[in-house]
Amino acid sequence: MSQDHDHLHLPEHPDFLWRNPEPKSSYDAVIVGGGGHGLATAYFLAKNHGMTNIAVLEKGWLAGGNMARNTTIIRSNYLWDESAAIYEHALKLWEVLPEELEYDFLFSQRGVMNLAHTLGDVRESMRRVGANKLNGVDAEWLDPQQVKELCPILNVSDNIRYPVMGATYQPRAGIAKHDHVAWAFARKCDELGVDIIQNCEVTGFLKDGNRVVGVKTNRGTINTEKVGLAAAGHSSVLAEMAGFRLPIQSHPLQALVSELHEPVHPTVVMSNHVHVYVSQAHKGELVMGAGVDSYNGYGQRGSFHVIEEQMAAAVELFPIFARAHVLRTWGGIVDTTMDASPIVGTTPVENMFVNCGWGTGGFKGTPAAGLTFAHTIATGAPHKLNEPFSLERFETGALIDEHGAAAVAH
Amino acid sequence: MLLISCPNCGPRDETEFHYGGQAHVAYPEDPYALNDREWAEYLFYRDNTKGAYAERWVHSTGCRQWFNMLRDTVSYEIQAIYPMGTPAPGTSAQETNAQAPEGASK
Repeated sequence: MSQDHDHLHLPEHPDFLWRNPEPKSSYDAVIVGGGGHGLATAYFLAKNHGMTNIAVLEKGWLAGGNMARNTTIIRSNYLWDESAAIYEHALKLWEVLPEELEYDFLFSQRGVMNLAHTLGDVRESMRRVGANKLNGVDAEWLDPQQVKELCPILNVSDNIRYPVMGATYQPRAGIAKHDHVAWAFARKCDELGVDIIQNCEVTGFLKDGNRVVGVKTNRGTINTEKVGLAAAGHSSVLAEMAGFRLPIQSHPLQALVSELHEPVHPTVVMSNHVHVYVSQAHKGELVMGAGVDSYNGYGQRGSFHVIEEQMAAAVELFPIFARAHVLRTWGGIVDTTMDASPIVGTTPVENMFVNCGWGTGGFKGTPAAGLTFAHTIATGAPHKLNEPFSLERFETGALIDEHGAAAVAH
Repeated sequence: MLLISCPNCGPRDETEFHYGGQAHVAYPEDPYALNDREWAEYLFYRDNTKGAYAERWVHSTGCRQWFNMLRDTVSYEIQAIYPMGTPAPGTSAQETNAQAPEGASK
């Protein structure tokens, strides 16, 4: 069957944003994991440290793991100084990245509200607002009436099990289009000469004594001087291949979206106590997430009762959602630590570095993870922002306990 | 939702149970003999196996008894349920109780 395409005048295929090169036999550095953090790391390695002979290896497709599965919330209202510093730096980067990457990924600073439902919540929230202000993070305390003014569809009446007693509010927080963030980083990486290699699964590491000298993949062996692991839920699997352990447990974390609706929800609402967080995407779907499934899992799916609980919380807070239909639910694998803070730093293996443990909150940290991890890989020493987030803290006891303190349970 | 066969009560919904993490992690015989690294391993380091994983569960809203389970962490298939204090099926007691070497490398 012959076809004459000339008369069809089909539109040109859109330009690809990055090449799909074959892996070279050696690189100056290899990043394992082509999600947001891996791509951001490669970008800052190239831009800030002039390392352009580098590769990002992704076992599936680019940004198809947690970068495609999160609820896109960006905020920096963490309690402790170390967390506030790194997340606030991330937020400042989010504010300039659309221009720097020349890509509008719809970063929308519509604010984030963290609801308080108990007297304990109220005290913790006010304490966090104070701590945030001292750290230069924009934060304010809202009473229920102010909550209602900012988000009219929220039920702030007394007739629910856990009435809204107020909320913290960070006006500069918001959401962004996660896929577009990944594509923005990938395009810039590619322009700077970084090889992004998809469908390339790491199967082992080559070591000379205790020093990593190469990566074994399903597409051949790649020699390299430095390896950065940015594989989130699979970090433990890679660490085991390299011969060390991480204090990480991988759990399924689920989220869901409704069908498209008219704009009804002007901000982002998170509730630690009844445990749901909700925003409305630019297209109109309600995006909701909750806590992790309790058990360890690598299956990228969780149990339905977790979704049931989060929907119950959502409907109580937002009665208007009662008749909204769930369109899709999904799960990702999050890498949780015992103190709910990330690990960004060196490992027991020489020239191998790790960025993991971001757990349920990695998306917002993407730019700062990339910046500090790139610094650590390039110089062999931590940036001042990630110095407290070392693997050694579990030994020294200098934990950064953000359970609950981070404004939402992990 | 997992369907878990409690050894005492029979098959029940996952919501009746609570998860207890990795099984067979013994409290150190002499905690005072541990250095910081070893203590960190006991407190914060657990296996994070992709595949068959021995873990503890408790039937909170039923008999309130603890038991061990061997479950695949990818398919979530429950492969065995066995009493506390006994080795995981298919392993010897020594293997089950063997701690990963304290410190970095395996």
